[in-house]
Amino acid sequence: MSMNSQGRPSGTGSADSAIPETVTGNRGLQIEEPLIFEQDSPGRTGVDLPVVPAMQMRLGTVKPRARVGLPGLSEPQVVRHYTRLSQKNYSIDTGLYPLGSCTMKHNPRLNEKMARLPGFADVHPLQPESTVQGALELMNELARWLTALTGMAAVTLAPAAGAHGEMAGMMAIRAALEHRGEAGRTRVLVPESAHGTNPATAAALGFSVDPIPAGPDGRVDLDAMTAKLGPDVAGIMLTNPNTCGLFERDIRAIADAIHGAGGYFYCDGANFNAIVGRVKPADLGIDAMHINLHKTFSTPHGGGGPGSGPVVFSAALAPFVPVPYVVADAGGLRLVETAEQGTEFGRMKAFHGQMGMFVRALAYILSHGADGLWQASGDAVLNANYVMARLKDVMTPSFEGPCMHECLFDDRFLKGTGVTTLDIAKALIDEGFHPMTMYFPLVVHGALLIEPTETESKAGLDQFIMALKSLAVRATEGDVAYFQGAPRLTPRRRLDETAAARKPILRWTPPAEAALAAE
Amino acid sequence: MTATVKYTKDHEWVRVEGDTATVGISDYAQSQLGDVVFVELPEIGRTVEQGKEAAVVESVKAASEVFAPVSGEVVEVNADLEAEPAKVNSGAEGDGWFFKIRLSKPAELDALMDPAAYKDFVEGLQ
Amino acid sequence: MRYLPLTEADRHDMLAAIGVSSVDELFRDVPQAARIPGPIGGLPNFAGELEVERTLASMAGKNIAVGSVPSFVGCGAYKHHVPATVDYMVQRGEFLTAYTPYQPEISQGTLQVLFEFQTQVALLTGMDVANASMYDGATACAEAVMMANRLTRRKKAILSGGLHPHYRDTTTTDARFIGFEAVAMPPAPRGGEDLMALVDENTSCVVVQNPDVFGHVRDYTALAQMCQAKGALLIVVVTEAVSLGLLTPPGEMGADIVAAEGQSLGNALNFGGPYVGLFAVKEKYVRQMPGRLCGQTVDADGRRGFVLTLSTREQHIRREKATSNICTNAGLCALAFSIHLSLLGEEGFTRLARINHHKAVQLADRLSGVKGVELVNDSFFNEFTVTLPRDAAEVVEELAQRRILAGVPASRLFAGALKDHLILAATETTTDSDMDALTKALSEVL
Repeated sequence: MSMNSQGRPSGTGSADSAIPETVTGNRGLQIEEPLIFEQDSPGRTGVDLPVVPAMQMRLGTVKPRARVGLPGLSEPQVVRHYTRLSQKNYSIDTGLYPLGSCTMKHNPRLNEKMARLPGFADVHPLQPESTVQGALELMNELARWLTALTGMAAVTLAPAAGAHGEMAGMMAIRAALEHRGEAGRTRVLVPESAHGTNPATAAALGFSVDPIPAGPDGRVDLDAMTAKLGPDVAGIMLTNPNTCGLFERDIRAIADAIHGAGGYFYCDGANFNAIVGRVKPADLGIDAMHINLHKTFSTPHGGGGPGSGPVVFSAALAPFVPVPYVVADAGGLRLVETAEQGTEFGRMKAFHGQMGMFVRALAYILSHGADGLWQASGDAVLNANYVMARLKDVMTPSFEGPCMHECLFDDRFLKGTGVTTLDIAKALIDEGFHPMTMYFPLVVHGALLIEPTETESKAGLDQFIMALKSLAVRATEGDVAYFQGAPRLTPRRRLDETAAARKPILRWTPPAEAALAAE
Repeated sequence: MTATVKYTKDHEWVRVEGDTATVGISDYAQSQLGDVVFVELPEIGRTVEQGKEAAVVESVKAASEVFAPVSGEVVEVNADLEAEPAKVNSGAEGDGWFFKIRLSKPAELDALMDPAAYKDFVEGLQ
Repeated sequence: MRYLPLTEADRHDMLAAIGVSSVDELFRDVPQAARIPGPIGGLPNFAGELEVERTLASMAGKNIAVGSVPSFVGCGAYKHHVPATVDYMVQRGEFLTAYTPYQPEISQGTLQVLFEFQTQVALLTGMDVANASMYDGATACAEAVMMANRLTRRKKAILSGGLHPHYRDTTTTDARFIGFEAVAMPPAPRGGEDLMALVDENTSCVVVQNPDVFGHVRDYTALAQMCQAKGALLIVVVTEAVSLGLLTPPGEMGADIVAAEGQSLGNALNFGGPYVGLFAVKEKYVRQMPGRLCGQTVDADGRRGFVLTLSTREQHIRREKATSNICTNAGLCALAFSIHLSLLGEEGFTRLARINHHKAVQLADRLSGVKGVELVNDSFFNEFTVTLPRDAAEVVEELAQRRILAGVPASRLFAGALKDHLILAATETTTDSDMDALTKALSEVL
């Protein structure tokens, strides 16, 4: 063993690798962090505000409240609190999220810088329009790109997220049907492989959901679909590429059949990343498609939001948009906030849409340009096919390739091992990866849906492939105990979700109140 | 009077005593669901129809409808399940019962499976 | 292209591993007629950072930023000072680029933040439980009405004339398509509504806003009791979260559901979005709440941890029977809200609220001294309404030319009605010289 002059051995030392118990419960860089409410010191604050002069309040009959009950911390404590919490999170910046249909691509920091320009960030939605022409110009420019990339006639930027966009698209269809005097068309065809938001949206709007089975090739069974057509069909909600990662080859025939039956074609654009810049959804015959800016166009997921879900429309649906939208007049750009055409179906949220996400998305789009987007979708599809090719001998792909931007496996390769899809996922966490999408789509058993995106390097993919291969082999060798104990290396392990649902504790309660409640 | 137990293809059981029927889900059903976290029971007095939704049983990852195996009026519900939904797992065919109905069409029982037939049915699924 | 790591050599090797000769072959299922052989024509090619910055900065430069001029614009979005810490913490990659916390073992950061956020919202609103946020206050309001419909099994909502028109319209859009009735009262700039007279056995809820869109502050305790006596719910909307630092909260007035906008804390104005909807309810209604919920639990080693819970309400499980189709919360905006509130604490938050009220009192007194300006409100928090002897929208436009953002003309929100009404807000960012500039300019144009 080598010693340096300070007297501490500098070799690798003894073989003692047992993880010690620590007094604090901290483990090196992994620090246990209590709730802010458990760090209260009354009167302490992290913001210096001036003293309020005495005043006669003008609150009418309302009394000032006695106490809110918030904890008091200083700025350094708040910084440590959130820094420590952040260190317990996986993120795109940390590593790969192979989540199918989520498109977890790199979130460029240029987007953040642009969104924070005071001319975008510090602008009030209700300022006079003459003072926000640049904001309206940005919205218009994004609208122009989205309609150009999709080949569609019109776009609404109003919806706040993908599911909200689905709502907008289906409301437009309902409005169009009512306008035609055909409100009796209440049946919507939805593939069994659809994401849960599709039937939820349709059902919420009073449509009945008629499921279409997939054929043996993982795509919509065209014959089964056409057999379901009738005068009461409002339309179809299709994802393309679909949730099995496959392009719907018969999509033009599907569109023609739906239109022939008097219905509309709604396309769930969650998987647009596979074809952006290469295929225009308008050429496939769709009437409406929502776009997830937080998927295809790199706006950050932020731990669960905010998103943004613009919807593009065909000429047939273009009159049936929500308010507000931007128009160009002789005098400049203005917002149409109340219906002017007589067909706009109403407002979907306050103000004008997720402007902060528009700036980020446009920065991304301008950075890529037409050629960059063409390359991005190509690389996305290439990466997914590479993963599929390298794993198809140890895992079971559900359908014959090629796939699009994501590849689907099922749990046939685990049959008889006692190891489940969930176990593979938990073991993958210890290997430093976020698990892939599991148990979705429902059309195969124990689904594992992998979407690498174009921003993964080949070396990164090779490491992921190597990890999955070795887990698959370990499972087939029967090492069930290894999987059932996973993950072992994370800040928390196998949390009890049953207890959380049986006796929900949804907030911290001051000890005095909790004691009272227990009596 | 002896109690007769019948089963449906949707894994509900019904135990008849006179004109009252106790309803629950089978042991096979609870094993498929996993840990039950919540049960949504019908209101007392509500009319239920054979084959239509009467209750909902929730596990962490799924919510499943419980269909009425026979038609009638709900006369009692198992209040214990509110505090202890786990009873559905530990005693699915006993103290994990869901509700009791006063039968309106006892002849509906004829179409249901007896315990042996249900056992065969479940084996066929696996 | 700087975001694309694959090199030509990589692509070559990968194509070989797959067994195809070109990427085009992977797109073989795309109908020939729809296949575009190369980049879409008529659109620019990729641009470097410098170029993108210049393009966007030029657009940004055409806007007047609120912080650079005297500004009194409110009506559902408020200019507050956000401490520097907030934006730095929010941009930590582990928060910014994290996914929804479906894998709790590697998301305890996000999950603990949500648990703390839910607690903060419950404390501010005086309610029992809150969810992990909604898209914004307006969609939270519409979801509250739909929740009331589910709980009461009734289908008629009464919307106060003091409710922000965007919130009203978001609700009526849902009413039209989802199939319930939303009775919207005419605007009530001077109050005087008799909402109780409209409540009958078909009413699921009454929706009021406090402070209302004209700024009036009211005690809704009596209304809450009267609604509940008739089996209806009281929904209270709050568009200025800072008001909850001074006013009796809706929970103490007996509200059943609170739907609020959280933008005032931690979040920039952003020309209207992204914002953060707050949603809080009484304990007994928990299982009918829309949106995500974070709950406390323990892990396999017995340590406290957090998970998303009661997911069976949500669309991805219940599909057709979901309580709503909401998939997303406003994650990062909720984080910013939470960090700002953590910095403020009890002392800071209550003081901030008092400063806001004080500024509004000063502004109201000074404006009352301007010839032609009549103050409408007896009560307000940090926003109130005045009437002018001229069209308020024209006055606002003239003052904008002088680089003063003089508030929101009511006609902007009420589709041309109330042309002489102007709604103004003051916050802790409003200075004496801002008020000087406004009063001087107004006396010149009126």
